[in-house]
Amino acid sequence: VITGVGLFLAFLLLVWVAYNIVDRPSNFFQVLLIGITTGCVYALVALGYTLVYGILELINFAHGDVFMLGGMFTITLSTHLFNLHEGQGIVIVPIVFATLLLSMLACGAINATIEFIAYRPLRNAPRLAPLITAIGASFIIEDVGLAWKGPNYISSPDVFPHTQVFAIGGVTYTWNKLLVVAITVPVLLLLSYLVQKTRQGKAMRATAQDKDASAMMGINVNRTISFTFLIAGALAGAAGLLYALYVTTVRYDQGFQLGLIAFTAAVLGGIGNLPGAVLGAILIGLIQAFNEGPLWHSPGSDWTEAIVFSILILILVFRPEGLLGEQTPEGG
Amino acid sequence: MSEQLTSHAGTRGESPSEQVGYRNKARAWWRALTFEQRLLISLGTSLVIAILLYFVDHALSYAALIITAIYWLRRFPARYKLPGEVAFIVLLAILAIAWTTPWSLVLLVAVIAAITWIPDGRKAWGIPVAFLVLAILYPFYSDQMFTMPIFGVWPDVGTGVYMLVFVMMAVGLNIVVGYAGLLDLGYVAFYAFGAYTAAWLMSPQFPHSHLRLGAIGLLPGWFGIHITIWLVLVLAGCVTALAGIVIGLPTLRLRGDYLAIVTLGFGEILPKVAQNGDSLFGFNLTNGPNGITPLDAPGFGHHLSSWTGGFLPANYLQCCSAKVNVGFLHIHHQVSSYDVYFWTAIVLLIFTVFVSLRLQYSRLGRAWIAIREDETAAAAMGIPLMRTKTWAYASGAFFGGIAGAYYAVFKSATFPGDFYFNISVFILCMVILGGMGNIWGVIVGAAFLAYLNQEGLANTGSWLNTNIHVAGWRPNINVPLYASGIYGVIILVVMLFRPEGLIPSRRRAAELHEGVHDEPLYDHEVAGST
Repeated sequence: VITGVGLFLAFLLLVWVAYNIVDRPSNFFQVLLIGITTGCVYALVALGYTLVYGILELINFAHGDVFMLGGMFTITLSTHLFNLHEGQGIVIVPIVFATLLLSMLACGAINATIEFIAYRPLRNAPRLAPLITAIGASFIIEDVGLAWKGPNYISSPDVFPHTQVFAIGGVTYTWNKLLVVAITVPVLLLLSYLVQKTRQGKAMRATAQDKDASAMMGINVNRTISFTFLIAGALAGAAGLLYALYVTTVRYDQGFQLGLIAFTAAVLGGIGNLPGAVLGAILIGLIQAFNEGPLWHSPGSDWTEAIVFSILILILVFRPEGLLGEQTPEGG
Repeated sequence: MSEQLTSHAGTRGESPSEQVGYRNKARAWWRALTFEQRLLISLGTSLVIAILLYFVDHALSYAALIITAIYWLRRFPARYKLPGEVAFIVLLAILAIAWTTPWSLVLLVAVIAAITWIPDGRKAWGIPVAFLVLAILYPFYSDQMFTMPIFGVWPDVGTGVYMLVFVMMAVGLNIVVGYAGLLDLGYVAFYAFGAYTAAWLMSPQFPHSHLRLGAIGLLPGWFGIHITIWLVLVLAGCVTALAGIVIGLPTLRLRGDYLAIVTLGFGEILPKVAQNGDSLFGFNLTNGPNGITPLDAPGFGHHLSSWTGGFLPANYLQCCSAKVNVGFLHIHHQVSSYDVYFWTAIVLLIFTVFVSLRLQYSRLGRAWIAIREDETAAAAMGIPLMRTKTWAYASGAFFGGIAGAYYAVFKSATFPGDFYFNISVFILCMVILGGMGNIWGVIVGAAFLAYLNQEGLANTGSWLNTNIHVAGWRPNINVPLYASGIYGVIILVVMLFRPEGLIPSRRRAAELHEGVHDEPLYDHEVAGST
């Protein structure tokens, strides 16, 4: 029965997508491009969840809030330190690059500090204990943002140009979307190189597989875990920069919700699985864009979270290993 | 002072008597002292603290001294006990007569001291009954209470209702988290179910249906479903328990952290549905962000009211004419409708606590504890895992539903904004602070945090902003704004330093005393299974 209902729903979804392609192709492809752009931001956040889960089997609830702090760092640094404002031309490139580095560094440091304070003392405690402290840490970080920037939206200058890259038919692709992809892809490549090719990456993979054995092989397990949190935080910082400059507004309590959506992406792709997180994030970005876009009978942005979390529940209940398979010490 | 405490952080696998780590070393040093040395050190320390606190707030220093005095009176060996008690009572009497100490403070200290002197064999029921009597009488003396240091005035009776409702919810969540060891991050969903059930059955929300069943105080021309609150409370509990079973059946076979995420997902979806539920395929189910309001007033109706001679009020909102005068304590109290809501909440809480206590050592309760401690072993002993876990979920949901329904009736409204994730964490924080698995601890933790949320944080904030000044600098902090961060700090500190909570469950304390440190608190995950 469940399979039947599932197939029927999938069929309805296909009909809906097909109808939209035929009926209003320009809107369809426009929405597709928006979805990929949003997916890139989610991918960076989802990778942070998946890295930490892969090594500690811990859902780092505070990650979403670190991401939000990254957005705040970006706005503060770029406007106050580097005096970034609209219509500056090519000079924004070094500014954005410098902000990116600083924001990544700050978020990485914060994430590693959270690990040191809230998770490391509970390394040998029951598994749900660090999960509970993660919620506590998340609330604390959220209120740090509240104390720093106040309860209202803060806005960033809209520095990414909105001019067209290309326009085919009614579909336009603007520079701000391309820039998001252009910043995400090198970061992803760098991460892939780091995990696959370097000595430290090898230590991370070994620690994820078996902490005791890797300690016996001379790997400093605590340092490796700290390093993983540093990397995850740096990715959140990069995502925070992209979010702040692309969406141009940030508020203290957005991080938790967006973090949960990104976590859904990580679960969808298979938690602990790095390519899976990127795939899941692009899918979630597409789902969100199609849900909110100007399409025939799209449910609208009121329902985005309900839909995304329904997907989360369905995935966890029916296919907890995700689309590409879970890569954790016990599940892999 | 902390003989019974022990932390499982950093001392895994070692018996607490081993002198490893600064905490255990300090404990061993403290135990090696003689009684007189301990008493002297403790009194000296508290005197120093009291003198320091005197410069901040006079009342704080008295509080420090009184707490130390009560702590030591309990621990006096037999030969010192009588002189100690006499000295304490004489001191209290002097304070009451000679100084302008408010009588309520003296009385409170005397009552607490009396409670600590209940003989050991009768403590099990004596302490709860004593506190119950104090709580039932609270509306009469609440406006006579002294002003507390930092926290200011005592909570009013309306806050008391709020506290009781949240205590009920925490006791319900304790069944899921404390007894069965299932981390539920979406408990607010059950609260919402209960609240909306009450709202649908007691309001003009569905104008096309017309059903009346013993509802009180209806205006002429009101349509919709109107059922008496006593039936609605039962219905809300049952509907919510059913929702718990429906949510639980597919999800409870997931491992611990995935279950937490799924419950979190439900807790996020439900308020969204409530928020957007004003046009579900054209049907107005929840009235959207405006919420459903007003709800019918609770009451027993004129028949029951006149039959009991006015003891049961006919309509809570038009209550009451009774007056209570106790001249020598300056009590002149007219019973108000808040008081009746308060006493009804106490009755509901007694029911909750009674059921929860009876469940704890029942066959089902023992099965929950077995699952919490080792799921595989429990299954091997023939405990049906799914059914037992689902029962935990349903029982927790039942009380969450009743509490939600009662709170909706008390507020006479239901808004989707009441059901966000931070309420789930707020209730979880109560359970963790009090002590997972210990119902008395959970009650204390929940009452304290609910009070903080409603009045305490605002009072504390104004105290901070007026009393703290360093070289002309005064803080200007809006403390209630940072409520969730404060709960975050509480969760973090309790989990890191005292994971068994302020008043730990006796079973956990025993486990910790025997040094079973790698015995998981509530981890039912065995490496290798999915």
